[in-house]
Amino acid sequence: MEFIGQTILNGLMTSSFYALIAVGLSLVFGVMHIVNFAHGEFYMVGAYTVWVLYAKMNWPFFVAVAAAIVVVGLLGLISERLIFRQARGNILGGFIMSVGLVFILQVAVVKIWGLGKMKPVPAAYPQVLDFGGISTSWQRFIVVPATILLLVALWNFLERFKIGRALRAAAMEPEAAALQGVSVKKSAAIAMLLGSAMAGAAGSLMAPIMSVHPYMGHYVVWTAFVVVIVGGPGNIKGTIWASLFFGFLTTIITTLLDSTIANLVNVLVMLILLAIKPQGMMGHAEN
Amino acid sequence: MLKISYKQAFILGTLPVVLISAPFAISGYKVDLLTTLLINIILVSSFRLITTTGGWSLAHVPMMGCGAYATALLSGSLGIPFWISLPAAALAAALTGLAISYPLSRTKGFAFFVASFAAGEAIRLCWIRFKIPFGGHKGLTIPAPVLFENVAWMDFEEAVPYYFLTLTVTLLSLMIMYRFNASRIGDTWRALASEENLAKSIGINIVKYKMLAFSVGSFFAGVAGVLLAHRLWAIEPHQFGFTTTLYLLVWVVFGGSQTFTGPIVGVVVLTFLAELLRPLVEWVPMIFGAIIILILIYLPNGLESLPSKLRLNK
Repeated sequence: MEFIGQTILNGLMTSSFYALIAVGLSLVFGVMHIVNFAHGEFYMVGAYTVWVLYAKMNWPFFVAVAAAIVVVGLLGLISERLIFRQARGNILGGFIMSVGLVFILQVAVVKIWGLGKMKPVPAAYPQVLDFGGISTSWQRFIVVPATILLLVALWNFLERFKIGRALRAAAMEPEAAALQGVSVKKSAAIAMLLGSAMAGAAGSLMAPIMSVHPYMGHYVVWTAFVVVIVGGPGNIKGTIWASLFFGFLTTIITTLLDSTIANLVNVLVMLILLAIKPQGMMGHAEN
Repeated sequence: MLKISYKQAFILGTLPVVLISAPFAISGYKVDLLTTLLINIILVSSFRLITTTGGWSLAHVPMMGCGAYATALLSGSLGIPFWISLPAAALAAALTGLAISYPLSRTKGFAFFVASFAAGEAIRLCWIRFKIPFGGHKGLTIPAPVLFENVAWMDFEEAVPYYFLTLTVTLLSLMIMYRFNASRIGDTWRALASEENLAKSIGINIVKYKMLAFSVGSFFAGVAGVLLAHRLWAIEPHQFGFTTTLYLLVWVVFGGSQTFTGPIVGVVVLTFLAELLRPLVEWVPMIFGAIIILILIYLPNGLESLPSKLRLNK
């Protein structure tokens, strides 16, 4: 019983982390048709921001997290303006541009903060959280309420606000949206701002748990891609369901065997699904 | 009759002289650099062969790894001679490519990138996780090829003889790939990239042709892997990681993928550029990243489109 409870708790935490990183990626693809490989590097920059502000300059943890969200959001906005806008809907071109951005950001971080030394980020909330025998640390648990909060905020923005609805319209039918006076460029910029900010949030929240180094984004973006593919690119609801599915699958296999096997199984599941249903589980026709 | 312009005749005339005399004019370390360049030429050409069907596979470097690991197991662990393990290992890479190409050939665009990337990483994870037989993070060791014992100019542990071995295999591979490119099969592949539905409507089996392209491409990636493994004498999973894939993409985008020579020009120019930038080695990825973004914005079809662009501007 305790084992099952612990697995559910761990699965919930892993799923939240996957959702946080994958929803941003899916949003960017849905609106801009950019496969942003630099999403993992945005996550990495978020983690570094927390390391600088919280671990080195002793700002309060949540202020550092908020700052990281803003910093990475702006980074996304700038890269949309300078780089991705030039791709003009060309999926291959946009993807390779993002690969170029990966190189640039990695070298920049190595040059500024160095490669070799560890970047330890102490836990802000090391207290143990106990649910009647099932335990974790607050620091690990915090990603669950934070993800729910951010996803609810995103959902409200997309559903309630005019600008959010315009964003969804631009994702579904860019031409029809443009005819109704929706600026597709503006929608792309906002999608990039929001998507990158979520990557920044994920990086900053995970900084005390993961090891912070210039190549940390690579391991994350891989899983995020698997989740987005299965959820249906551009489909946010599908991405959240896929995050839950893979979060629990990873947790169960990691507990029973090890994390490498879990990664392998994730990919196999994705490949089998692609062979059976090429449009992803939730479906979302690709142009 | 085959028509050749003076420029082409000049290139065809000087290229063999340069390729044959080069290793005698430079030092040992630089000969290995040239050998690596030849191996990378096989890699980019085989990659281009897959891109003619419209999909840019991110599993291509792991396919090269399949060739390298297969030859390590065949010639290193089982003691099979290089001359047999070269085609056998390339075939192993082709079969692996065939297996993953089935789900991949049903996807396009975003899904193709991501699925091929994930499939390649999964193969790499297998090498890391299954220490027997793949050796985990430490990898495997491979002996140098032996044809005749005690013949000095065929001592493939030395840089220069290995360069000529690589040159021979590279030229053979390029010739075969060029034939594929110019054949009816090559035309069909290009038809898939430009008008998939039209190709389908006239009865072309899309999945079959895409799988064929993927397997042939993987075969030659495997050849490149075998050559690399027998020169380095040791391989580990990290070599076939995503950084190498990124470089592959940069080479192909830089040169352009519309013509057979485009990617080859790209890898040659960027290899020499990287060698010139040796003092700035830590900055090289950033410089490459910036180059690639600028190329995509200002010269989207790569270096190969430069001559026609210049002609238009005159």
